[in-house]
Amino acid sequence: MTTYLLRRLGLAVITLWILSMIVFFAGQILPGDPGRAVLGPLAAPSAVRALDHELGVDRPLLTQYVSWIGGLLHGNMGTSYTFRTPVEPFISAALVNSAKLGALAFVVVVPLGILGGVIAALNVGRLPDRVISVTGLSAATVPEFVSGIVVIVIFGVELKWFPVSASAGQGASALSQLDHLILPAVPLVFVLFGYIARMARAGTIEALESDYARTATLKGLKRSVVIRRHILRNSLLPTITVIATQTGYLIGGLVVVETLFNYQGIGLLIFHAAGDKDFPMLEAGVLTIGVVYMVATLIADLLSTLLNPRLRLGGTG
Amino acid sequence: MIGSTAGAPAAAIAVVSAPRGESATWRLILRRPTFIAGALILAFWIVCALFGNAIAPDNPLAQQLLATNNAPSHAHLFGTDMLGRDVLSRVIVGARSILIITPLATLIGVVIGTALGLVMGYLGGVVDMVVGRVVEAVLALPLVIVALLFVVALGPSAPVIIVVIGFIFAPLIARTVRSAVLVESQLDYLSSARLLGEKPAHIMFVEILPNVLPAVLVEFTVRLGYAIFTVATLSFLGYGVQPPTPDWGADIAANYGVLGAGYWWETLFPALAIASLVIGVNLVTDSIEQVLAS
Repeated sequence: MTTYLLRRLGLAVITLWILSMIVFFAGQILPGDPGRAVLGPLAAPSAVRALDHELGVDRPLLTQYVSWIGGLLHGNMGTSYTFRTPVEPFISAALVNSAKLGALAFVVVVPLGILGGVIAALNVGRLPDRVISVTGLSAATVPEFVSGIVVIVIFGVELKWFPVSASAGQGASALSQLDHLILPAVPLVFVLFGYIARMARAGTIEALESDYARTATLKGLKRSVVIRRHILRNSLLPTITVIATQTGYLIGGLVVVETLFNYQGIGLLIFHAAGDKDFPMLEAGVLTIGVVYMVATLIADLLSTLLNPRLRLGGTG
Repeated sequence: MIGSTAGAPAAAIAVVSAPRGESATWRLILRRPTFIAGALILAFWIVCALFGNAIAPDNPLAQQLLATNNAPSHAHLFGTDMLGRDVLSRVIVGARSILIITPLATLIGVVIGTALGLVMGYLGGVVDMVVGRVVEAVLALPLVIVALLFVVALGPSAPVIIVVIGFIFAPLIARTVRSAVLVESQLDYLSSARLLGEKPAHIMFVEILPNVLPAVLVEFTVRLGYAIFTVATLSFLGYGVQPPTPDWGADIAANYGVLGAGYWWETLFPALAIASLVIGVNLVTDSIEQVLAS
């Protein structure tokens, strides 16, 4: 168990390192120099050179990478080209906002997805199963801004039930914030529902066909008791893993949803950083997403190891 | 949306062991109603992409500044946008850019990914380890964000988007192909080939490749769906086809600002076009997977 955890952690560190290289060098293949990108085509060459020197981008690539990664290890994520101030306050503020939106989406989609998956599994091959599976698959593959627009048109513009913008303004009450977040959460729920329902369905079907489920039925337990006590516990295990995996994709969706609804989260931050060619901000934002995702996956692995006695005792782990 | 790749290797293994003849498999696929529905949707958009300018009722670029933001009517079935351009014509012609970019990007990814996967699965070793780690790192980021990062750095243009998405796909596809190759390498025909003294390159590309092709085909259709998702999203974010060229994602981005004013048709119709294309691809993918897995 300990060896497994250490191995898992070691691999996560290596993956993070590779990720940092991909992110850093993607930011450095930009044709032209950052000083020119920030100051524009009309700035004097001497001003561009001075800014390049101030930003430290006139040093060799490897030196820049080493100082960037050294800064990261000390909690210094770099200085924004646009704002000329450290990027951390922007990242952490945006992360809090995104977490609110993401949490709302998860609170809605996890019970809904599991319920949908279990209902589909109990009706395998019949109408409810086909409807849930096909709806889930279609909703999962339609880009968030597409479903977002359909939702805005119906509930924001036609019915006027919810505000179209996600920002409730400074000092708004929690309830008002929630009201503003409902519409943006819907496209995220759409995208995630299909995956969670599919996993819950597969897990439930497997549990239903198992020997222990048959034994429980044969010894005279009521169907509802069998489902609650024997089926659900086992079917939900793989679902936990898939929920953590979806965290990363949830954040990917945030870029689009936050842009569509103009919500000040990490997605909108990345979008603006990309538009301004503010590479330190962009790199810090993207790397943050990678770290959040890896931590989520790690927690999921730990949870499923802890919950599954076969893995806990070191059988197949 | 790389999320479902977790299930892909298992599907690939099932695919490889399908014992049916090729023509029988195709007959089964062609007979599925979901396949027919998906193929019809795809065919419709391919016709629009090829002959869009001939089919479109108006010139998609012609501005009528006296008829801006007109609601759908007989003259303009899908209404007009904020520059008075015919939305229906823009939706029809807009199929072209996405239907050129996404198959090419997917093809690049499949070709490189298959070659890598063969090497990883058959030769193993350093390549296997390095690519395996890179896959993990790429999977830690949402596809849209990796693509955004590189497209911003290289500048948005169709060739850049094609190459970037192709290269991001390659390691992901390689992983699926690798697991299919691992199944193959335990079969007898490969030990015979090895005993006959065939070179590794011959074994990989002449002996193994034809047997993992069904897995590669499934991978192509699955990735095509992701590519459409990603390219449309990049366009919406402003990093795709640049205006005034008609493009669904870019048109949505240009017009969603006036959504609040009630001009829904300018964004809703391109949005429905994207949704129908994605669903069409998925219906086709789903039927191929179902038949090959059964």
